[in-house]
Amino acid sequence: MYLGKVIGTIWATRKYETLTGYKMQFVQPINAELEKLGEPIVALDTVGAGPGEIIFYVTASEAVIPLDVDMAPCDASIVGIVDSINIQS
Amino acid sequence: MLLGKVIGTVWSTRKDENLVGAKFLIVRQLDLEYKPKESTVIAVDSVGAGVGEVVLVAQGSSARQTSITKNKPVDAVIMAIVDKLDISVKEKNKETVEV
Repeated sequence: MYLGKVIGTIWATRKYETLTGYKMQFVQPINAELEKLGEPIVALDTVGAGPGEIIFYVTASEAVIPLDVDMAPCDASIVGIVDSINIQS
Repeated sequence: MLLGKVIGTVWSTRKDENLVGAKFLIVRQLDLEYKPKESTVIAVDSVGAGVGEVVLVAQGSSARQTSITKNKPVDAVIMAIVDKLDISVKEKNKETVEV
C-alpha cells in the first residue's frame, strides 16, 4: 500500500457499470515524512475519505477487492484513513 | 487511475487474435490543470469514449477486469468519461503537504 493525501474529487457519470456508486478521489502520493512522491493519481474511495485527509491506498488488481463486485476496471482504491504515523528514527 | 484525453484512434489488422474487435484509442496523459504531458497510452475503450473527451484509464492487470478485455493481452482500458474535476486542496507546489 502507499500513503497519499486526498486533494480533490472526480465526477464521471458515464463509466463502466460495476464502478457506479463509488466516489473517485484525486490522491497525491506522499512518503512517511509527508513529502510529495510523483504524480497525483485517481483512486476509488470505499472508506469515505474527505479532501485534505491522509490516507493509504492499494493498487493493481487488488484494488478491486474492496468493491462488492467481482470484476471492475480499477487499479487504485483508498482502503484506510490515517490517524497518526509514528516513525522510530 | 490515470487522467487523460483521447487524441486519436489506432487501427491494426495484423494483431494478436484475442484483440480482434477491440477498439484502440490513444490517450494523452493530463495533469490536474488539464495540461497535456508527453506520455500517451493505447487503451481499449469500454465506455464509448470519443476523440477529445477527458477520460480515466485503469492500467495493469486491472485493465482485464471488464467483459470486453477479459483474458485479452490488454493492460490499459478507458473505464470512465470525466464530467467534472474539483481540486479542492491547492498546494502551492510546496514539497511537503500540510496535515
